[in-house]
Amino acid sequence: MKIVVLAKQVPDTRNVGPDAMTPEGTVNRAALPAVFNPEDLNALEQALRLKDQFPGSTISVVTMGLPKSAEVIREALYRGADEGYVVTDRCLGGADTLATSYTLSQAIRKIGDFDIILGGRQAIDGDTAQVGPQIAEKLGLTQVTYAEEILSVDTDARKIVIKRHIDGGVETVEAPLPLVVTVNGSAAPCRPRNAKRVMKYKNATVIAERSAEDAAKYDELIAKKPFLNITQWGASDIEADPAQIGKAGSPTNVKAVQNIVFKAKDSRTMTSSDSDVEGLIIELLNEKIIG
Amino acid sequence: MANFYTDVPEIKFELENSPLMQRIVDLKERDYADKDEYDEAPQDFADAMDNYNRVLEIVGDVTANIIAPNAEDVDAEGPHCADGRVRYASKTYENLDAMVKAGMNGMTMPRRYNGLNLPNTVYTAANEMVSTGDAGFENIWSLQDCIETLYEFGNEDQHSRFIPRICAGETMSMDLTEPDAGSDLQSVMLKATFDEENNCWRLNGSKRFITNGDSDLHLVLARSEAGTRDGRGLSMFIYDKRDGGVDVRRIENKLGIHGSPTCELVYKNAKAELCGSRKMGLIKYVMALMNGARLGIAAQSVGLSQAAYNEGLAYARDRKQFGKAIIEFPAVYDMLSIMKAKLDAGRALLYQTARYVDVYKALDDIARERKLTPEERAEQKTYSRLADAFTPLAKGMNSEYANQNAYDCIQIHGGSGFMLEYACQRIYRDARITSIYEGTTQLQTVAAIRYVTNGFYGQVIADYGQLPVSAECEAYKARVAEMADKYNAAVEAVKAAENQDLHDICARHLYEMAADVIMCHLLMQNASKAPELFGKSLNVYVNFAEAEVEKHSLWVSRMTVDQLDSYRKA
Repeated sequence: MKIVVLAKQVPDTRNVGPDAMTPEGTVNRAALPAVFNPEDLNALEQALRLKDQFPGSTISVVTMGLPKSAEVIREALYRGADEGYVVTDRCLGGADTLATSYTLSQAIRKIGDFDIILGGRQAIDGDTAQVGPQIAEKLGLTQVTYAEEILSVDTDARKIVIKRHIDGGVETVEAPLPLVVTVNGSAAPCRPRNAKRVMKYKNATVIAERSAEDAAKYDELIAKKPFLNITQWGASDIEADPAQIGKAGSPTNVKAVQNIVFKAKDSRTMTSSDSDVEGLIIELLNEKIIG
Repeated sequence: MANFYTDVPEIKFELENSPLMQRIVDLKERDYADKDEYDEAPQDFADAMDNYNRVLEIVGDVTANIIAPNAEDVDAEGPHCADGRVRYASKTYENLDAMVKAGMNGMTMPRRYNGLNLPNTVYTAANEMVSTGDAGFENIWSLQDCIETLYEFGNEDQHSRFIPRICAGETMSMDLTEPDAGSDLQSVMLKATFDEENNCWRLNGSKRFITNGDSDLHLVLARSEAGTRDGRGLSMFIYDKRDGGVDVRRIENKLGIHGSPTCELVYKNAKAELCGSRKMGLIKYVMALMNGARLGIAAQSVGLSQAAYNEGLAYARDRKQFGKAIIEFPAVYDMLSIMKAKLDAGRALLYQTARYVDVYKALDDIARERKLTPEERAEQKTYSRLADAFTPLAKGMNSEYANQNAYDCIQIHGGSGFMLEYACQRIYRDARITSIYEGTTQLQTVAAIRYVTNGFYGQVIADYGQLPVSAECEAYKARVAEMADKYNAAVEAVKAAENQDLHDICARHLYEMAADVIMCHLLMQNASKAPELFGKSLNVYVNFAEAEVEKHSLWVSRMTVDQLDSYRKA
């Protein structure tokens, strides 16, 4: 089986201190360490379990970001992934979810021949949960979101059975391969790094991480140990349409960012009945929360 | 996220700051001969040290975030025995799985058997952290070091069949004690007979108090020479659970280390194979096995001391009485500071011992491949002797310190510590066994006393006294030298009395004096290099040790042959 795992390097918004936001209201990236997006680790674990179950499967991890996002690829290699791709290019900067999902889907097309694409439900910096589903749409694939566990895969019948997290319970669904699965944080945590793999892959890099004066040293190293080269792709490598990537491909415009302090202490549960929904809309309009 | 390695910089210091480390790694890596053959092998010393750090960071992560959080549940549930088999507490399986996935099995074994080829010093650091997380689980996991004995004394065929299985995560046990053979292993009676028809050995009888007795691979001490009654009739056998024939009759209900099943085993014609030569079981192999196990208990004890200190410190910072945190009261910080000083001193002793073991074991291993040079032979002899002399000190002192620290940890908690809801009560119960199993402190004294009387510790102390220290530590050096004088005088006085009973009753005092002085020296070396980490502990420990040495010195000076009568009980 060929499994693709989508991973993102994100600022660690789980442990925010007082300096987590700049006075302008944007994320102060310098104050927050860059980490492997937590739910992408849950997705990686599902991939690793499939690999345990189907020996000979390969796991390719793809990330888009700055060259230093190769850190998440190394992390995935330490935990059992087979290879990694960093999609990095100046022209990819400023991408919203639409441009990101386009870029990643182009990278996945280039990897090709995949059976399952796994990713976290959402990233903790944006919390949109849009990229996974958008990739499925762009690749014309079935999607199963909020997955908690892959229960079984029938490689002959090309079918997968997945347990999903839904409001107030779980649901078991069957879907055809290939497909996109986004994994919820309630799924099994990712296994630890493996000692041998850390020793093996600790010097793996993408080209953009290597300094010019060390280039010869790296060439020699990689000639001997090709697994130390993490594939780096730019926009042209994945044959991306310039109009659909980066800022140009991003219809989202941020008008303003506000600091919100949640004050409400009570919570209310509403049903999905028309009267409840209507009541809520009127209340929100009256209080000028929407409108 | 918590990490038991990066949160405790003292461990990393111990790993990196000994001049012996380069020698250990060069020997263990055979001058980096594996570097092109194995993807994970280091290229040079710096690369190897970087690997060790990374490996220990993983252990620090797994211990802090999986094993420690599981500890209370494992303690409460414990293992169960049904139909002759042991079922661990459910979260023990989670712990084992995490350690297997992290690749932390067969850590010291060569790469050709899928081991990590790590020095004992690095394994010791891992062991310590596992114990901080859960000392009961540490028992199960750390029994992997029995494979060292199989590696040292088994044949090539046994190596290739068994070592990869341990590296893949199968567990081990050492089946030594019996109902009538505890400290006195010479009385082991488990019967081993040769089955001519099937060309194998058969084991019959029972064993008691066997830690992790339902393991995959057992090293068994049994009587192969019919009619003998002493240690010379005992051999060591390998029993593979896949062959069957050994059942667990029951598991013990213990005060502590609940996660670790302590088993009574019944051998019914169990198929086994000889490990090494006949009749060498106790005299040679079990001695090697026990030395490794004792170093393991020393690491377990240091891990428990660290856990006790962590819990005591956190509670003292958090708990407010009389309008302030109790850590601000001298009576409380006095306890915390001595806990930390014993922890740092004991840890220094632990790693010094581990390094001595590493040098001689690496040379031993090289000697199996080629003839050692005369210089190497001399080096091997020196370190083997140092390891033998230091192991009982490290085990005895650290296990006593673990108990003392666990006691103080509860004391800091006050009444809450006596309730079962805080971790300190588990640490207290778990620590209690450390000064008992793998040889009681009293037996560590027996193992160590020859190095007291033959002047070996005295010589080590004199050699340590020659090592340069920082300007800040000079004042301590003079005080420690005075302590050494008192120790030497006490030894001479006891020897001069020429009475065996007097000698034996003074042994524990002399043993502790030697250990106190040695630990002062080790802390002085540490504080000279890293005053920010060890400066306070050095001061506290020297104050403590000075008083201890004075106490023992006075006691020994008062002790005369005619006093023995008032001590004897019948």
